[in-house]
Amino acid sequence: MSKTKFGVVVFPGSNCDHDAFAAASRVMEQEARYIWHKEGSLGDVDVVILPGGFSYGDYLRTGAIARFSPVMKEVVRFAKKGGTVIGICNGFQILLEAGLLPGAMLRNGNLKFVCRHVFLRVENAETRFTSECSAGDVLKIPVAHGEGNYIADEATVESLKERDQILFRYCSSSGVVDAESNPNGSMENIAGIMNSEGNVMGMMPHPERAMESELGSADGRKVFQSVIGSLVLT
Amino acid sequence: MYQSHVTVTLRKSILDPQGKAVEQAVHSLGFEVVHGLRIGKHVEFSVDSASQEEAERVTEQVCRKLLANPVMEDYSFQVTKVEVRR
Repeated sequence: MSKTKFGVVVFPGSNCDHDAFAAASRVMEQEARYIWHKEGSLGDVDVVILPGGFSYGDYLRTGAIARFSPVMKEVVRFAKKGGTVIGICNGFQILLEAGLLPGAMLRNGNLKFVCRHVFLRVENAETRFTSECSAGDVLKIPVAHGEGNYIADEATVESLKERDQILFRYCSSSGVVDAESNPNGSMENIAGIMNSEGNVMGMMPHPERAMESELGSADGRKVFQSVIGSLVLT
Repeated sequence: MYQSHVTVTLRKSILDPQGKAVEQAVHSLGFEVVHGLRIGKHVEFSVDSASQEEAERVTEQVCRKLLANPVMEDYSFQVTKVEVRR
């Protein structure tokens, strides 16, 4: 079976690029390569990961400058052709600023940087990012962000719900979605969404940091397994 | 040459927790008459342009395409002519 080729984009200020690379290559035993943000081509990749971090120091707004990096033109082109794109944390913020996903991120409601394990309920398991899960599954995955307070206008949120584009919601350990388990004030407890075509996904929690049970949780593997599995099928 | 002064603020409909915290501090100072405190960003730059209209159009586009995110922010700006010393 041929290996899935992951491309991890590196922006100045990315700091989860090595984790994403290790998750794809060492843990999942697939191919991975770094793509410097100035590169004009993605090369031969199946999946593009925009990793977490503080690209451009979060100047102006999170992700606002990174989306003008030369490589982003290629990421947009890749996404428009149906390529699989995953944005994690700052990567999610970049996808929002680039217009590949709808909405925006505000400062966390309590103004604090939140860094801990949270629980996510899988809302839609029929996607290339969640196919190894079942709807209602609870995943334990860490978050680490100061701006993860998802916001969008009402019409956008309604259409996300109608089209099952909300993939993950913050929940309690038993899977109850409530205000108490919302770490940042996100609308609808939204932790991760995909575009209407189903090939671009952004999530604030870090699946690449939840790859080994010795380190607290291996639930992040499910996201990687799903993506790898879906590419084998197509 | 023209000078642009841009103000970017969170949209009125969006809660500004930072502004709220600062407002509480203002109240602690004893100024309980102060309300509706909101925090935004100030951006200034000069524009090489032959006309006021052109400078305003450039400023508008810079605001719309980069300085403000319309999902959550509003912007306003002032453009004034400045004399360039030779």
